[in-house]
Amino acid sequence: MKLRFILPLGAFLVMVIFLAIGLKLDPHEVPSPLIGKPAPAFTLPQLHEPQKTFSPADMKGKVWLLNVWASWCASCRQEHVYFTEFARANPSVNLMGLNYKDESDAAMQWLARLGNPYKISIADKDGMAGLDWGVYGVPETFVIDKKGIVRHKQTGPVDVMILQTVITPLIEKLNAEGE
Amino acid sequence: MKKLLFCLFLLSQSVHAEIEVYQFTTPELELRYQTLTEELRCLVCQNQNIADSHAELAQDLRRKVYEMLNRGETNPQIIDYMTERYGDFVLYRPPFNVKTLILWLAPILTLLMGGIGFWSLLKRRDNSNERLSDSERARLDKLLHTKKSDSK
Repeated sequence: MKLRFILPLGAFLVMVIFLAIGLKLDPHEVPSPLIGKPAPAFTLPQLHEPQKTFSPADMKGKVWLLNVWASWCASCRQEHVYFTEFARANPSVNLMGLNYKDESDAAMQWLARLGNPYKISIADKDGMAGLDWGVYGVPETFVIDKKGIVRHKQTGPVDVMILQTVITPLIEKLNAEGE
Repeated sequence: MKKLLFCLFLLSQSVHAEIEVYQFTTPELELRYQTLTEELRCLVCQNQNIADSHAELAQDLRRKVYEMLNRGETNPQIIDYMTERYGDFVLYRPPFNVKTLILWLAPILTLLMGGIGFWSLLKRRDNSNERLSDSERARLDKLLHTKKSDSK
């Protein structure tokens, strides 16, 4: 007869555990299937010099970061401080900015006022390159290795913690890898 | 009244401006566009498909579907393009694989467990209602009989 009480109680506890785990998960964090795959190709004009273009293929043999941002995005502004700090402290890091669905003038003003941490800024006016990279909420940051493989994606704004404990060690690790 | 009507007219304009109109060369293409956009999830407003969503990302995804359809790509090609970038999560109808095994089998398992539980309950109840022995039946008949004769 004891089983009659233990069974429903056990089932209830299992349900509680699953629901508790479910509460902790963030449904907005969609794991990128792009990790471990070649970076999607594009050729887009540079923000400051539109006659010049940028393509991920130009970065072959180098470890680089692609930060997707826009001047209309509030959390981009929040993370911007950390990126300018980061770029100043690590001048050797290839940090590229993909200006996503933005007005070029507004974007350049934004960078002029708040500081420009990017080696090159790329203008993705219609957001189609962003779509190819699986961008669904700016800011997003990708880490690409020397072979042109996407190794990490950070969805949402970075902060000091993420830059120090995730991004920097990963860049060091990837720099040590061969081509 | 005229002012009110004018305001309503303006409102209706802004509502219609949200979803863009695409021209298709064949009705078959349009139907495929509709089914595809209804099966793809908008990743910004996650409980909407891209056909219903007004989010900018949904607009871009609709445009991509439209372009790919016009280029003559097949439905599986378009679905593959989306899952390669956004994962299985972008599909409202997740594929059956190792990762989604629990998702697909849970309803069947639950039904099975409930069925077994219900069946054992019925069986137990059957056993507890044991048949009357001969002497018990005789006593029952006698009781019923006396009751009947009393009421006469």
